[in-house]
Amino acid sequence: MTMRVSLFVTCLADQLWPAAAAGAVEVLRRVGCSVEFDERQTCCGQPAFNTGYRPEARALARRLIEVFESSDADAIVSPSGSCTAMLRHYEQLFEDAGWRARARRLGERTHELSSFLVNRLGVEDVGASFPARLTWHDACHGLRDLGIRDEPRRLLRRVRGAELVELSPASVEACCGFGGTFSVKYPELSVAILDEKVDAIERAGVDVVVSGDASCLLQIGGRLSRRGSSVRPVHLAEVLASRRSSPP
Amino acid sequence: MSFERSARAALADEQLRGALRHATTLFGERRRAAMATLPDWEGARDRARAIKDETLLHLDRYLEEFTANAERAGARVHWARDAATACEIIGRIAAERGARTVVKSKSMASEEIHLNAALAARGIEPVETDLGEYIIQLAGEAPSHIVAPAIHKTRRQIGALFAEKLGMEPSDDVAKLAAAARRALRRRFAEADLGVSGVNFAVAETGTILILENEGNARLTTSLPRTHIALMGIEKVIPRFADLEVFLQLLPRSGTGQVLTAYQSLLTGAKRRPEDEGPAELHIVLLDNGRSGMLAAPVTRQSLACIRCGACLNACPVYRQIGGHAYGSVYPGPIGAVLTPQLFGLGRSSELPYASSLCGACRDVCPVKIDIPALLLHLRAEVVATRAGKPRLLERLAFSAYAAVMARPRLFESVVRLARMLRVMLPLGAWTKWRDLRPLAPRSFREEWRTRLRHEVAR
Repeated sequence: MTMRVSLFVTCLADQLWPAAAAGAVEVLRRVGCSVEFDERQTCCGQPAFNTGYRPEARALARRLIEVFESSDADAIVSPSGSCTAMLRHYEQLFEDAGWRARARRLGERTHELSSFLVNRLGVEDVGASFPARLTWHDACHGLRDLGIRDEPRRLLRRVRGAELVELSPASVEACCGFGGTFSVKYPELSVAILDEKVDAIERAGVDVVVSGDASCLLQIGGRLSRRGSSVRPVHLAEVLASRRSSPP
Repeated sequence: MSFERSARAALADEQLRGALRHATTLFGERRRAAMATLPDWEGARDRARAIKDETLLHLDRYLEEFTANAERAGARVHWARDAATACEIIGRIAAERGARTVVKSKSMASEEIHLNAALAARGIEPVETDLGEYIIQLAGEAPSHIVAPAIHKTRRQIGALFAEKLGMEPSDDVAKLAAAARRALRRRFAEADLGVSGVNFAVAETGTILILENEGNARLTTSLPRTHIALMGIEKVIPRFADLEVFLQLLPRSGTGQVLTAYQSLLTGAKRRPEDEGPAELHIVLLDNGRSGMLAAPVTRQSLACIRCGACLNACPVYRQIGGHAYGSVYPGPIGAVLTPQLFGLGRSSELPYASSLCGACRDVCPVKIDIPALLLHLRAEVVATRAGKPRLLERLAFSAYAAVMARPRLFESVVRLARMLRVMLPLGAWTKWRDLRPLAPRSFREEWRTRLRHEVAR
């Protein structure tokens, strides 16, 4: 039976990293899911929630709950651990029992891509090919809010031609310093944290840094590029969708 | 100074950052190694948190029980609503006994109420006897870490400080430095009239207080002078003696990466017969100072579960870069960023809840599972709702506009398309000074979906 998936694209992937979103569609279809996309979705409200603007976040949460309630897809899947975690936080935005239940239901239906593939579908080999030395950056919300640690690694190890190199133990689970508005409120601090991560990535001698969140990739990629590094930031969904036979 | 400016100053201090990197990494490694010696770390955390939750739900009852049992054992218990009252109580006890020198073992609560200044104002000299606290007292500074107050100092800086203040040969040999401090402090212990200590745990059913330490200075502080005053936050009480079992497993491992600290002093009352050891008088000061205000809601109540191990500081990417002084509070780091606004008011510390990338490393290492990120988010919402601190006019405007645009998909798309066409980027100088900004994609996913993908998936 075909699993019907509704894509929660996230505004960041939609506008800044569309290849991640298109990659997610490609991979999901390849493993036998049908994919739908509701164009009424915009932002999940995380920037407002994380900066303390709860009424604004609540309004957007209501919207997104309604948008996804209109779909009877078996699952909602997102190429972002952070935005998936935000949906799981929705319940605490509401006092009203009805809205709390609706928020909880949305959270339960929504899955981050790697976790959906490995834990829900039991798939590790998605038939990808991506010849490169790569390292994995654990995005904090995926790692600590959703407990996603092994899933992306298991998927990456099955990618043909890809060699997964782990960062040093002190750096492997370290934050990239993005933190949404934190990265513009305290830019020097954000970059100081980022530089430790980027140093570790460069020491690993990889071609590509892969992550499950476009936000971390913007942060890490922005610094790699400014430092003139040859390491490229790539979203997990892009790697999993890839069929390339030569290095990127 | 604002958090932003102090953080910037700290980032420019290479010596500070070197000292922090070294010490916090070492603490982190030791903690992990010590944790591995516990067969059921997660279970221990759950049990510890359950004990704290139960205590905090009935804090009034446990405090009364503790008071009754401590007084029955010969201690005198004082209740202090705020810092001024606590200072007044301790200052009065010291003055009445004609104390001129007070030795102190490490107590964050005493830092919180600025006890040293209050004693000095009465002409009483407070002498810190924990090596780290002694160092920062000599330097005229404030502690920058809950467990390791002088973590921000390098060995060389301490050598220079001791050469200046203690008249010893300049040295960066740790053994020599410690020996010099010990010689100086032994003299002060001998002449002290009164000892002031903190408290790690207070057992309600026995009236016992427990103090953990590694240098023996707390043992001396609480036994040598004739009078001992123990200062404790009201959240330090636990119901039963048996509850210590789990906390003694968690606190040393989380704090210093030790299986157990070198000294554990269990003190129940004052001495009753002349042949007993210990001080003739024991006073216990219970400090509220804003704590009872946190009891009302579960989200804030969990702040009082903190056992002051400092693990969240060592794990925090922000603390690791800038250290404790930048937080402008005796309680720095993630736990400080949530305690400070609650204890001293959001108005004066409205920046602190924002001093975090919300990475959650603090929550992962917390031995009592305090959800610090949730607390930070709660306090951020309070800052916005109560308009605490600076005005944030632009920010408010930006979030209103953001919410209005994001509620209208068509408008959202038009706004982005316009930005792409005009190549306008948000005024993100703060971003682009150090990082390149990835441009908006030439075609968004939704455009791609509409023109191509929608038809492909339909096939």
